[in-house]
Amino acid sequence: MTRYLRLTGQFVVILLLFSAAAAFANWPIYRQIPEGHAVIVLTFVHGADRKAECRTRSPAEIAKLAPNMRRLLDCPRGRPAIYVELDLAGKSIYRATLPPSGIASDGNSRVYQRFVVPAGQYQVAVRMRDTPRTEGFDHQRNETVTLVGEQMFVVDFRSETGDFIFR
Amino acid sequence: MIGAIRSVLRRGIEWIERPLDRLFGPALNPIAQLGALGFFFFWIVSVSGIYLFIFFDTGIERAYESVENLTNNHWYHAGVMRSLHRYASDLMVVMLVTHMLREFAYDHYRGTRWFSWFTGVPIIWLLYTSGITGYWLVWDKLAQYVALVSSELLDWLPIFGEPIARNFVSTGTLTSRFFSLMVFMHVAVPLFLLFAMWIHILHISRPKMNPPRTLAVMSLIALIAASLWNPAVSQGHVDLARVPAAVGLDWFFLPLYPLTDLWGNGAVWAFLGTFSLMLGLMPWLPPLRRAKAAEVDLAHCNGCARCAEDCPYEAIRMVRRSDGLPFPTEAQVNPSLCVSCGICVGSCPSSTPFRRSQELKTGIDLPDYSLQRLRELTVEAAGSLFQEKRRILIFACEHGGGAGHLTGVVPLPCVAMIPPSLIDFVLSKKLADGVAVAGCAESACFNRLGVAWTEQRFAGERDPYLRKRVPRNRLKTIWVSALETSRFERELAAFAEQVAALPEAPLVQLPQPIAASPSTEPRRVPEGTLP
Repeated sequence: MTRYLRLTGQFVVILLLFSAAAAFANWPIYRQIPEGHAVIVLTFVHGADRKAECRTRSPAEIAKLAPNMRRLLDCPRGRPAIYVELDLAGKSIYRATLPPSGIASDGNSRVYQRFVVPAGQYQVAVRMRDTPRTEGFDHQRNETVTLVGEQMFVVDFRSETGDFIFR
Repeated sequence: MIGAIRSVLRRGIEWIERPLDRLFGPALNPIAQLGALGFFFFWIVSVSGIYLFIFFDTGIERAYESVENLTNNHWYHAGVMRSLHRYASDLMVVMLVTHMLREFAYDHYRGTRWFSWFTGVPIIWLLYTSGITGYWLVWDKLAQYVALVSSELLDWLPIFGEPIARNFVSTGTLTSRFFSLMVFMHVAVPLFLLFAMWIHILHISRPKMNPPRTLAVMSLIALIAASLWNPAVSQGHVDLARVPAAVGLDWFFLPLYPLTDLWGNGAVWAFLGTFSLMLGLMPWLPPLRRAKAAEVDLAHCNGCARCAEDCPYEAIRMVRRSDGLPFPTEAQVNPSLCVSCGICVGSCPSSTPFRRSQELKTGIDLPDYSLQRLRELTVEAAGSLFQEKRRILIFACEHGGGAGHLTGVVPLPCVAMIPPSLIDFVLSKKLADGVAVAGCAESACFNRLGVAWTEQRFAGERDPYLRKRVPRNRLKTIWVSALETSRFERELAAFAEQVAALPEAPLVQLPQPIAASPSTEPRRVPEGTLP
């Protein structure tokens, strides 16, 4: 009898421990953003044009190169950084110079930024400069959007068409 | 500082462990079976995972549907398996964390134990990676949250060409190949985990890989009961156009995820890196100072292998005889693995205090605490009891609750260092009326096997046996932790009362020199006579 009581006690302790583990496997609820808030994500992968155009090497220049490196065209690989700005309701919430990726700085620039904002109507303006110019912008979009609670609003850029996409 | 943390933690763990000792008994106490239970839950996760894979579909749309199907339409087998899979994984985390804290609290991570501790660090990473990849597969709102936060964390590292998180912010960017990749990772990483667990126990003699059957059965039934009570369910299909704002987090696997919101991804990586580095370096912060390793005296070693058999650290191996004596093997100590616990001294049949030789020798001995010294201390401690009403000599493990007793104590690195013949010696020579052997708590032996070997030797189940002529009513084993000194005193007092009720043992003059049996030293044979 004592043995069975003891076994029962042991089982109850184990059951309580395991039940506690099962409870903490999905409780308490974690709220990532406050209620009535939405998230704006600014994200794109885009490479600016090469820093310089290809140029034709002179015969003297070609002769100086190792035999396996003798190419007629000299095409610099590096790309310039991209400059981007994001305004929300007339206020700047993000502006950054995005360097090209890669060891040789010849890859795409990339960005992924999240902003938690209260739901509501906003004027969203995004601008990008991907050429050597220092003033003005090459691509931009300005639009009024209505964000509802828990909405994921994405600002993306399509390199093929050069357009910003709101979705 | 670390010592103070260890001490506080040890009090906390003992506060839980000792009552469980009384309820479960030392053999079944789950706190003493954490590693074995970890393996047990791993097998449950593996079997349930294979079963679930039969029902799982790796398509982008079909993944969620297949999980819902097995959870709702096949709840009585596949649904239960899903819950077992999930909760056994959670319990692996519980076992891992508790195991780590306990080994730290008991100072089981320094010295020769560095290897097991150090190889435990990758296990943490692999276990968490296994669990987190599993959550992606369900493709519910929790999966979306896990995917977003995990990819944002990974994107913080400058190793990926494009932000991975871009795949999880809008529909149409993700393909079914993603699920194939995640399934592959969810299978491959646990295989690495199993490999790491095997490496982890490589240096442990007789590792506990399976819990006692009763505990295993109770754990399985309790796990099934918990699964039926609170079945694991999905949290709604992924909607990439909406933020998974409120999710039921698995707080065992994902406690750091909310911190990415509070601290930022860089700080979380810094925390993880610092934490892992600190854990890995712990065995040397500061390093354990060890007494000199055990040494073999070939003139007294007949290659019986009992020391190699009993060593809890696999520090002794038997090698081909090198001195020409007529035995095939001899013991060889690996000093880098030896912790000088003295268990080998207690196991050696040559370790007998009755020996006549002026300088007491044995087959394997501790240079800093020889058998000769042990006999001297025993005689001294017995002498200090001269005026006591009931002379109880105490052999006390320095890690147990008896070490702090004031009179008649012979301190030992482990009680299994006592050759059973030493008990016989004390009682037959009337050096004391009773002998108390005080070790660590039974489920928490500092040297893992010291308590078990001592019990078995005294019970005549393990060589070298305690001789039958030794009166068992004058011998008491007391297994208490260093924090249970009052319990030790109580049990000692009760034993003294018991001894007092026995017929008086006449006090005799201490033998000088100590009487001994004829020499049993092996004879040397000429070299070359053996094959």
